[in-house]
Amino acid sequence: MAEAHPVGFQWVVEAQKRGARVIHIDPRFTRTSAVADKHVPIRVGSDIAFLGGIVNYILSNELDFREYVVNYTNAAVLVSDKFEDTDDLDGLFSGFDPEKRTYDPTSWQYDVEDESGDLHKSQANGSEEHAEHRETAAGLQNEAHGMQTASHPRRDETLQHPRCVYQVLKRHFARYTPEMVEQVCGVSQEDFLDVCRAWTENSGRERTTALVYSVGWTQHSVGVQYIRTGAILQLLLGNMGRPGGGIMALRGHASIQGSTDIPTLFNLLPGYLPMPDANKHHSFTDWVDSVRNPGSKGFWSKADAYAVNLLKAYWGDAATADNDYCFDYMPKITGDHGTYRSVLDMIDGKVKGYFLLGQNPAVGSAHGRAQRLGMANLDWLVVRDLFEIESANFWKDSPEIETGEIVTEECATEVFLFPAASYAEKEGTFTQTQRMLQWREKAVEPPEDCRSELWFFYHLGRMMRERLAESTDERDRPLLDLAWDYPVHGEYDEPSADAVLMEINGYDVATRRPLSSFTEMKNDGSTLGGCWIYTGVYADGVNQANRRKSRHEQSFVAPEWGWAWPMNRRILYNRASADPEGRPWSERKAYVWWDDDAQQWTGADVPDFEKTKPPSYRSPEGADGVEALEGIDPFIMQGDGKGALYVPQGLVDGPMPTHYEPVESPFRNPLYAQQANPTRKEYRRDDNPMNPAPPEDHIDVFPFVFTTSRLTEHHTAGGMSRYLEHLAELQPEMFVEVSPALAAERGLEHMGWCHVVTARSAIEGRVLVTERLRPLKVEGRTVHQVWMPYHWGSGGMVTGDSTNDLFGITLDPNVLIQETKVGTCDVRAGRRPSGAALREYVEGYARRAGVTDHVYPPIVTVPDGDTASDDPRAPEASDDRHPPEEDE
Amino acid sequence: MTGPNSFFGPIDPAPDAGYEDPPARKGFFTDTSVCIGCKACEVACKEWNDVPENLFAMLGTSYDNSHSLNANQWRHVAFIERPAESKPLVSLGMPTVGATPTELPEEEKPDFRWLMSSDVCKHCTHAACLDVCPTGSLFRSEFGTVVVQDDICNGCGYCVAACPYGVIDRRKGPEGDPKVGIAQKCTLCYDRLTDGQTPSCAQACPTESIQYGDVEELRARAEERLAALHERGVSEARLYGNDPEDGVGGTGAFFLLLDEPEVYGLPPDPVVTTKDLPEMWTRAAVAAVAMLAGAAASFLRRR
Repeated sequence: MAEAHPVGFQWVVEAQKRGARVIHIDPRFTRTSAVADKHVPIRVGSDIAFLGGIVNYILSNELDFREYVVNYTNAAVLVSDKFEDTDDLDGLFSGFDPEKRTYDPTSWQYDVEDESGDLHKSQANGSEEHAEHRETAAGLQNEAHGMQTASHPRRDETLQHPRCVYQVLKRHFARYTPEMVEQVCGVSQEDFLDVCRAWTENSGRERTTALVYSVGWTQHSVGVQYIRTGAILQLLLGNMGRPGGGIMALRGHASIQGSTDIPTLFNLLPGYLPMPDANKHHSFTDWVDSVRNPGSKGFWSKADAYAVNLLKAYWGDAATADNDYCFDYMPKITGDHGTYRSVLDMIDGKVKGYFLLGQNPAVGSAHGRAQRLGMANLDWLVVRDLFEIESANFWKDSPEIETGEIVTEECATEVFLFPAASYAEKEGTFTQTQRMLQWREKAVEPPEDCRSELWFFYHLGRMMRERLAESTDERDRPLLDLAWDYPVHGEYDEPSADAVLMEINGYDVATRRPLSSFTEMKNDGSTLGGCWIYTGVYADGVNQANRRKSRHEQSFVAPEWGWAWPMNRRILYNRASADPEGRPWSERKAYVWWDDDAQQWTGADVPDFEKTKPPSYRSPEGADGVEALEGIDPFIMQGDGKGALYVPQGLVDGPMPTHYEPVESPFRNPLYAQQANPTRKEYRRDDNPMNPAPPEDHIDVFPFVFTTSRLTEHHTAGGMSRYLEHLAELQPEMFVEVSPALAAERGLEHMGWCHVVTARSAIEGRVLVTERLRPLKVEGRTVHQVWMPYHWGSGGMVTGDSTNDLFGITLDPNVLIQETKVGTCDVRAGRRPSGAALREYVEGYARRAGVTDHVYPPIVTVPDGDTASDDPRAPEASDDRHPPEEDE
Repeated sequence: MTGPNSFFGPIDPAPDAGYEDPPARKGFFTDTSVCIGCKACEVACKEWNDVPENLFAMLGTSYDNSHSLNANQWRHVAFIERPAESKPLVSLGMPTVGATPTELPEEEKPDFRWLMSSDVCKHCTHAACLDVCPTGSLFRSEFGTVVVQDDICNGCGYCVAACPYGVIDRRKGPEGDPKVGIAQKCTLCYDRLTDGQTPSCAQACPTESIQYGDVEELRARAEERLAALHERGVSEARLYGNDPEDGVGGTGAFFLLLDEPEVYGLPPDPVVTTKDLPEMWTRAAVAAVAMLAGAAASFLRRR
């Protein structure tokens, strides 16, 4: 955190000064470790095993916060008797379809009171649906929507029934012993138990522990399940929804939270409404019902209102009840339109144009070579940035120019490079990791032709509409009917960011009175609003995001600095900070509680609960939606109002986290026969080869494990730091960190050159020998971990090779995030070959590793017909090479 | 005893320099125990003071590519990687460049520490650079700080030799920079202080490792912080430069360190190089008188 979020880290230091203990768990000793109270080095890619070990510790020793767990989580819920766990099936769950490599979650469902045994309507009906979910990264929707499940499943309040979630969880994690953690993660039992004790002793009524993570957790083929394990831990210990507790997800850019709220993701609309799918949603009702999930609890039941308001914000007067608010104008997805799919489609000639806005995939995305080859095959490319980044000039300066794979004179891509205004040269809001919106004023006019994104897209739209004004083609109506009348000001006709924020907030159409809450959104077109979770940011006509009351002049919650969604609730699910009767769990941790005299919830924060719904409220028979939420359901977005220890529906790879090895790993999975995530998203093509992993052969060709992360001095793909003198001189060269032992083994000299090789490419850097990297003992042998920053490219004041050229494309199946935190590699002394020799060199490695065109190792490594093997290292049965598989 | 124009001993520098009723002495307390090595101080200082590029080379000394304080580096963050147990003085436990492979198996290696510290001009109570400057370019401000006047400095370089910490230096580049040849160092953002503002580095530091304020108050705060760390078991914590009885009369910019000063590249017992000047001149005078007396005596004898 100190490396990537130095300013935010001041609060960790402040907490430490007040007595907090900071434990840093990371493969490498970083600047965070330097000030932390304890550093636990861990093998990269083994976090589920580590956290699972802590879950086991809690459950075996009954250290869970029992009252919280019984009342606020689904611990007491009974799971179907058809469910089979990874213990029974050697790393798979019941319902696996080896053809599609997805699960039919029927057997995972709750045991419901409804005797008909009908599946809840919203639940995925089979493995095919899950395969679709993988295509469309539906996990992202489920993340915001919570599980949509039956609202009254059968329960055992004593948590003793063998099929209750608590017991299922306990059995699932029983293998994750301290010995197992030591073996898999390379963490000593002493360190591991120290962490367990520290965490459990600092949780409960009187104390809470916060879990902080960033993309070192998400960028894995099991990334979502990493987070899930963290959530299980924090729920078991009663830390969710409580001050000083919770899970803080540190996001990688200043406003990237805003970019998922008002999304730049292919499968989401503002406020986490899912994009309609052309194959499934033939009408507005189809679409809205898929979000609403009749029969479950919670605020998604009002999805029709949120959707109508969004459509009306888009199409204004043209959107009416008669035309379903222009639903037919909405673009719809048909499958995987993710960034990696798109780039591979560019290589295949299927995608012709690309807009890159403050994004540098030539350096910042996995598989740099594929990125650049893709862009070289476009018809046109628009780049808006502060500098001429690598993604704008790959056609004349890139590794592929060096190797001859791209020839400048033959590259037909027409590149339009537009200068962008920087953050101080434009106004608008940023939404940071705490869901807080902060308005930024424009400090200075942008120079010359530099313009903001708002200006660019507004005027682009305006000009396109002018060109099409006379058109009678139906296809142009969606563009022409857009509500596109923003006020503009200034010499260059800059659109008013204020007006956009007002539109996002929403207002009553007739009176233009701003809405104060999403509960004021109507589903009849009389109100509009661009993002229901942001409604309230312009409450009472005041730009709440612009409030700057000093924290010294208000409570510790500081609600009058900026504005957090939803409804300025600073801690989500804060109903959980009070017990089932509505009293704070302790004076010390009082946050939100029920005031019986005033008959409402009160406290330091805006209650994340219906203000006047008492703790004693129980829902009437047959109720659903908001009405079905009871007084003890703090997790108001979940289908059952409870925190999920077990997820019966919504995740492609399983209801509980399971340790799978990273896709590229030198180790056989010691826990199960299933090596890596069996449902992961892969793009099996010759230009996307993967290094071999057990049980395949030739893993000695790439014997080391490598990981990447940031340096404080640079910013991500380097576009904002390599071009600035004061930053560039702080870290002027690309380097590779190795331990003294690895340096000795490979003859690497400190400050000499070395190069790192994978099946995709080889890159070079200076050697930095340091004891901050320790070889770890995993499964009885030493594993060397290598670290590289990924900030360098061919442009700027300081240049170097791009680390992301080493990675291939393999994705988490729920959200399609790439596995770029762990891979295998070789490290050799000296510089890499250059020119065409580089490709020969890399191909030589690939050949030696057994990576062959059109032949791919199986993803499912559980022996056929043998689902309960005692020895996960049992050799594979007969022919395990499947025919080539086009993964669509 | 310290009198007016003393070269050593505890004094309040601004009144001693002749200011009548100056503001309270200003300085830095740098608490290195919370430094996260982010280098915001280096960058903020360069931005405000228009300090040009320094080395533009990777040095391999951990994450330190600035090397040391000089005319183009007025704040410098040191990074020292070392095992937690200090080696005995005999066996040169100095930080090495890169890490040499050791014989100890991994499990037995002592706990690792990574020390970080933002170094800066000390703004000594008795500033040797100030004492030796022949042009009067270096002067003592009303805030008790030591500042170079660029337009007066003739580039003689006496100050460079005089500084016991090796801070001040003459600018060597980049070519064409108007201040090449001129002595340059931290001004404690004199231009910001005169407007009641905080120096850039202190303003930028996210963890409040660099604290700016009245030196007296900072010293009290430092004692409290030291006590708190000792109570927490951080026995290696110590203050450096806070003692008015030390060889430079204490410094306006002082530190809380987590190891010996030498580990950070700081002199363990700095003494203002002009301390012995009065004595030296006295001896020189005695020697001259003795020489004259001897010469006179030899002439007298002749007759």
